[in-house]
Amino acid sequence: MTAALNVATQAARVRIGVGAGYSGDRIEPAVELAEQGALDYLVFECLAERTIALAQQTRRANPELGYDPLLEARMRAVLPAAVRNGVRIISNMGAANPLAAARKTASVARELGLRGLKIAAVSGDDVLDVVRQGTYRFEESGDSVADYESRLVSANAYLGAEPIVDALQTGADIVLTGRAADPSLFTAPLIHAFGWAMDDWDTLGQATVVGHLLECAGQITGGYFADPGFKDVPMLARLGFPIGEVDADGAVTITKVAHAGGRVTEATCKEQLLYEIHDPRRYLQPDVVADFTQVRVVEEAPDRVRVSGGRGTSRTGTLKVTVAYVDGFIGEGQISYGGPGALARAKLALEIVRERLEITGVATSELRFDLIGIDSLHGATLGERNAQPYEVRVRVAGRTDSMEQAVRVGNEVETLYTNGPAGGGGVTKTAREVIAVQSVLLPRELVRPSFEMVEA
Amino acid sequence: MKLRLLAHSRTGDKGNTLNVSVICYDARHYDHLLAHVTPERVKAHLSDVVKGDVTRFELPGILAMNFVLGRALGGGVTRSLALDAHGKSLSSALMDLEIPEP
Repeated sequence: MTAALNVATQAARVRIGVGAGYSGDRIEPAVELAEQGALDYLVFECLAERTIALAQQTRRANPELGYDPLLEARMRAVLPAAVRNGVRIISNMGAANPLAAARKTASVARELGLRGLKIAAVSGDDVLDVVRQGTYRFEESGDSVADYESRLVSANAYLGAEPIVDALQTGADIVLTGRAADPSLFTAPLIHAFGWAMDDWDTLGQATVVGHLLECAGQITGGYFADPGFKDVPMLARLGFPIGEVDADGAVTITKVAHAGGRVTEATCKEQLLYEIHDPRRYLQPDVVADFTQVRVVEEAPDRVRVSGGRGTSRTGTLKVTVAYVDGFIGEGQISYGGPGALARAKLALEIVRERLEITGVATSELRFDLIGIDSLHGATLGERNAQPYEVRVRVAGRTDSMEQAVRVGNEVETLYTNGPAGGGGVTKTAREVIAVQSVLLPRELVRPSFEMVEA
Repeated sequence: MKLRLLAHSRTGDKGNTLNVSVICYDARHYDHLLAHVTPERVKAHLSDVVKGDVTRFELPGILAMNFVLGRALGGGVTRSLALDAHGKSLSSALMDLEIPEP
């Protein structure tokens, strides 16, 4: 990135819309924003911690897949309006296969009669080989990664903004990444548009605030917020996704399309500011350590909230890497009891299953017995205080070393139909392989991001 | 009175660590909440769920506190046996905390 290019592209204000806050998110709000948001950029954040590991497994089964399962549907829905309105798209929907995602996007564009689009695929986040060759320990457990060798599924570094900025400078209309820090999907177009220096820590800190506020889409426009009578939100079924109007100093006004459902208030912005934050003075990102402690949140007008005052200090020498590995199996079963004595029959059912798992020798390393409606969320201390529910759902979950043993956990709940208390109904049972994640810190210089351009 | 009358809250997950914000509606109540919504009280209230330490960070500029709850997610979101593996419902449990009237 050169200073000359930055000067040439400097903007006064940038409008960023959010098209998704997780992999399975609703698509209509993205279309609404592409059509009516007067956007410069539309960003889709679609990768939870474990999503990329599941995508990696998909890619191993089919080398042309491994990107977000909704990529095609999303592109088909938003590309016509995005191209018509000059909206550039940035997303981590590349997941475990950004290049295949770019090719698929190109083919969707051609089908729609949209020619000449430049689609960048960012790679370099996949560091499984690097992690395998080194001697790293997990941050969470302190275990040596080498001890997990046979169970490793994926290892992806959180890339910063730079490869995305480079792709935008080269003229990409669409940038698809694998693992990148969620805020970086937003800081990158701002760095590109405003020509910020990559050591302007305070500005990058405020830009991180912008990205952090926006990355969960509907969570700042009234989703994950409504509490009737206390925090009411209109038209949640038509919840709109946010727009950030960002100035050259990084200060942002959070808003939404006027007639879209939801609300943007100081309260929605403050809740999202602290979402998934630990020490607000040190929010570690690839490009900066952001400081949220001086942030100001001011409602300027209905559905327009000004957020400024984010700061930052210099980035660290390491990048966080999420390592995914196979971690056994979980089997589960549920059954419901209702009417008078429902709770007593549910408790009896749990006792029976506990004993049956012992008698039949189901090998579990951890077991959990829940009464849904009583203690399954917050435990018995809080849950049983006023408990005389009309209906209760019994849930038993167990961790096992094999799928066969996991299946047997659910089976011992199912047998309650004919062998358990009166009136047990509605059994469901599941058994699944567990992909767990932990993280390691990798020296920054071992990660080499790059991009490849595909033309539609 | 219930904390819910003076503040609102959201939880977020990272690995086996949960954060719960407590955001005061009215600036006049912020010091009152600082005095009564302590890490010790939060840990005691959520004792069935939180197995690790509770740390409180203060953000007076937005009338907020951020509680970080260690070992609160059944070994981690990706491997937990819990129904609510992310702990998303825990904010509502904290809003049920009894505090004195300001």
